[in-house]
Amino acid sequence: MHLTGSQALIKSLEMEGVDTIFGLPGGCILPVYDPLLDSPIRHILVRHEQGAGHMAEGYAHVTGRPGVAMVTSGPAATNIVTPLCDAYMDSIPMVVITGQVPVGAIGSDAFQECDTIGITRSVTKHNELVTSAQDIPRAVREAFHIATTGRPGPVLLDIPKDIVDAQNPNSAMEWYWPDDSEVREGLPGYKPNTKGHPRQIREAAEYILRSERPVIYAGGGILKARAAEALRELAELCDIHVVTTLMARGAFPDSHPLCLGMPGMHGNYSAVTSMQRSDLLIALGSRFDDRITGKVSAFAPDAKIIHVDIDPAELGKVRRPDVPIVGDCRLVIEELVSVIKDMLEGGSTFLDRTPWKQTISGWQETYPLAYVQSEPGDALKPQFVLEQLRDNTPDDCIVASGVGQHQMWTSQYWKFDYPYTWVNSGGLGTMGFAVPAAIGAKVGRPDAMVWAVDGDGCFQMTAQELVTAAAERIPVKIAILNNAYLGMVRQWQEMFYEERYSEVYLSPDLPDYKMWAEAMGCVGMRVDSPDEVQSAIQKANEIDDRPVVIDFRTDSSEKVFPMVAAGQSNDDIITDPALGKDFVQ
Amino acid sequence: MTATDHHLLSVLVENKAGVLARVAGLFARRGFNIISLAVAPTEDERLSRITIAVTADSAPLEQVTKQLFKLINVVKITELDPKAAVERELLLATVDAPGTTRGQIIELVDVFEGKILNVGHDRLTISLEGHPEKLDDFEELLRPYGIAELARTGRVALPRIDNSSRLRAARSA
Repeated sequence: MHLTGSQALIKSLEMEGVDTIFGLPGGCILPVYDPLLDSPIRHILVRHEQGAGHMAEGYAHVTGRPGVAMVTSGPAATNIVTPLCDAYMDSIPMVVITGQVPVGAIGSDAFQECDTIGITRSVTKHNELVTSAQDIPRAVREAFHIATTGRPGPVLLDIPKDIVDAQNPNSAMEWYWPDDSEVREGLPGYKPNTKGHPRQIREAAEYILRSERPVIYAGGGILKARAAEALRELAELCDIHVVTTLMARGAFPDSHPLCLGMPGMHGNYSAVTSMQRSDLLIALGSRFDDRITGKVSAFAPDAKIIHVDIDPAELGKVRRPDVPIVGDCRLVIEELVSVIKDMLEGGSTFLDRTPWKQTISGWQETYPLAYVQSEPGDALKPQFVLEQLRDNTPDDCIVASGVGQHQMWTSQYWKFDYPYTWVNSGGLGTMGFAVPAAIGAKVGRPDAMVWAVDGDGCFQMTAQELVTAAAERIPVKIAILNNAYLGMVRQWQEMFYEERYSEVYLSPDLPDYKMWAEAMGCVGMRVDSPDEVQSAIQKANEIDDRPVVIDFRTDSSEKVFPMVAAGQSNDDIITDPALGKDFVQ
Repeated sequence: MTATDHHLLSVLVENKAGVLARVAGLFARRGFNIISLAVAPTEDERLSRITIAVTADSAPLEQVTKQLFKLINVVKITELDPKAAVERELLLATVDAPGTTRGQIIELVDVFEGKILNVGHDRLTISLEGHPEKLDDFEELLRPYGIAELARTGRVALPRIDNSSRLRAARSA
């Protein structure tokens, strides 16, 4: 079958099961947009290419399927670099297609030319400049294979215009679709190891049986490996508490008695301290990020480490494991569960962990999350808004966030009982992530309610995508915690720079968020007092034909606690000053 | 550069455009300084071998090796112990060789078993193949005569054949 390169590209995407592309056309990618008209694939026309990338990420977060974005060359390619880096840091499967100038013009500083492959090399799992139309199906097939297997990540395909332009003879190709063995042969250096080594798994089981103070340190890899059920089985079988990192919220139900919640810089006291005091950390798909460990040399000093990761480079990168296991989290956990069951049947028993469990529940009682409710007439407490949002939305509501204080409060105060309901930017910490990611999530899960919790600083970075959402009838709901500051930076300046506030004030009224939302085709609301919060949320929940934006006026002096200051030991955790006063629990 | 304070990586990669940039870029990003690097196709034309000499402590080297292996186009990485590897390099040098010193230079080239590739009125172009340390010595001895231009390929290496060394050990025992 004779096809043009552009037809082959669209057909290849269809063959990969792509149902949605987030994108924005331009000169070099133009030929690909023509056969798109005849394809069942839905295209969401974004207002900025960064939006396309974050939407693809949001889509991938909630569906587990790779998000797809397509943009043109030059400035469009550079605009999508941030989402690529974000997806690379958080291991999000994503395929990005960029236009490129014709093969013959590459290197000539042509209009809208940039070295996309060079620029994106260090922020992608892999990228490829496709130089022949005949290579397109192979390249697409490999891109999806690489993006979704092993440690997932973003893959970029750079497509020169001449090989997709129907008017150009270079675009002629003969259609084919590579099978699995051809894909493997085409990638001789890519063989992700999914099955853990049996001897290591057995050793891990022995460590678990011998431990008195074990903690499961569950990371984003649990979600990537679809291992939430396996994790639950392991935790319940061994009766071990679980901390869920920022990337793993929802991987283990917050309402489960064994759940300790989020560890790290702004983690719960009991999550941070139980890791610190443990004698065995079972790290599953987590990577000992500096936000988790604090000062590495002082991190969990007595703990032996079992580290399971599909990426061999993570083992020993930060902390040398006693039992390293390379493999897929789900497969390894399932194997571990079966080995432990065998050992228990063979008469092995766990050590008595009653004192440890009592210690943990003591911490939980003494150091809950806490804040002081605002006086009538004062600004809203952000934590109160989050509690109201949490309590007035369905349990399986998807929530996205930007980056900063509002992100930490959301992670702390939301109750995540289902996997794939939390969408945020962990590793890169990309402000402006929430709005486009929420849109992508809603496209991927139209049946679910999707809220974004955003900061006023974040919102101003990508709010234009609400025009996309309004035009495409994607009814996401945005809660802006408007404290008129770059709140997290303000918090650091207050705590570590002697309250010398430098370039962090944003104004609560400029822009007028309600009017801005309305101008973008959304319903806009503004909430100042605690008694209006619930009714505003309920009103927003009922709107299903357009996006809603609520401007919650929150207290700018509120800080995120607990906190481990950057570079400090987790032993030096600062608890909330509200503890010991009349705090709300 | 002595034989022991560097690490030798023999990296088998797909013979495709841009692969060298990926490999070299990874070293740069992780803060490693490459001493020498040589690349050419292998007996299998789909693959190239990159031989990299690098100074590093072994713990960070392990990390960079793992990161290197994550590159999709990298097929295999072998760390060669310099003591258990055969290393070779090629040197080309054009040196000042007026009548007064020409004889001495030719003698030096003979001693090192090098070759004279090109002869001018007052210059010679010389080639020498050998272990990188031998090339270092040769370069040092040539220097006083005046090196006009010098090019070295960077080392290539293969592991010593295991069997023969064991046999030798057996014989000497």
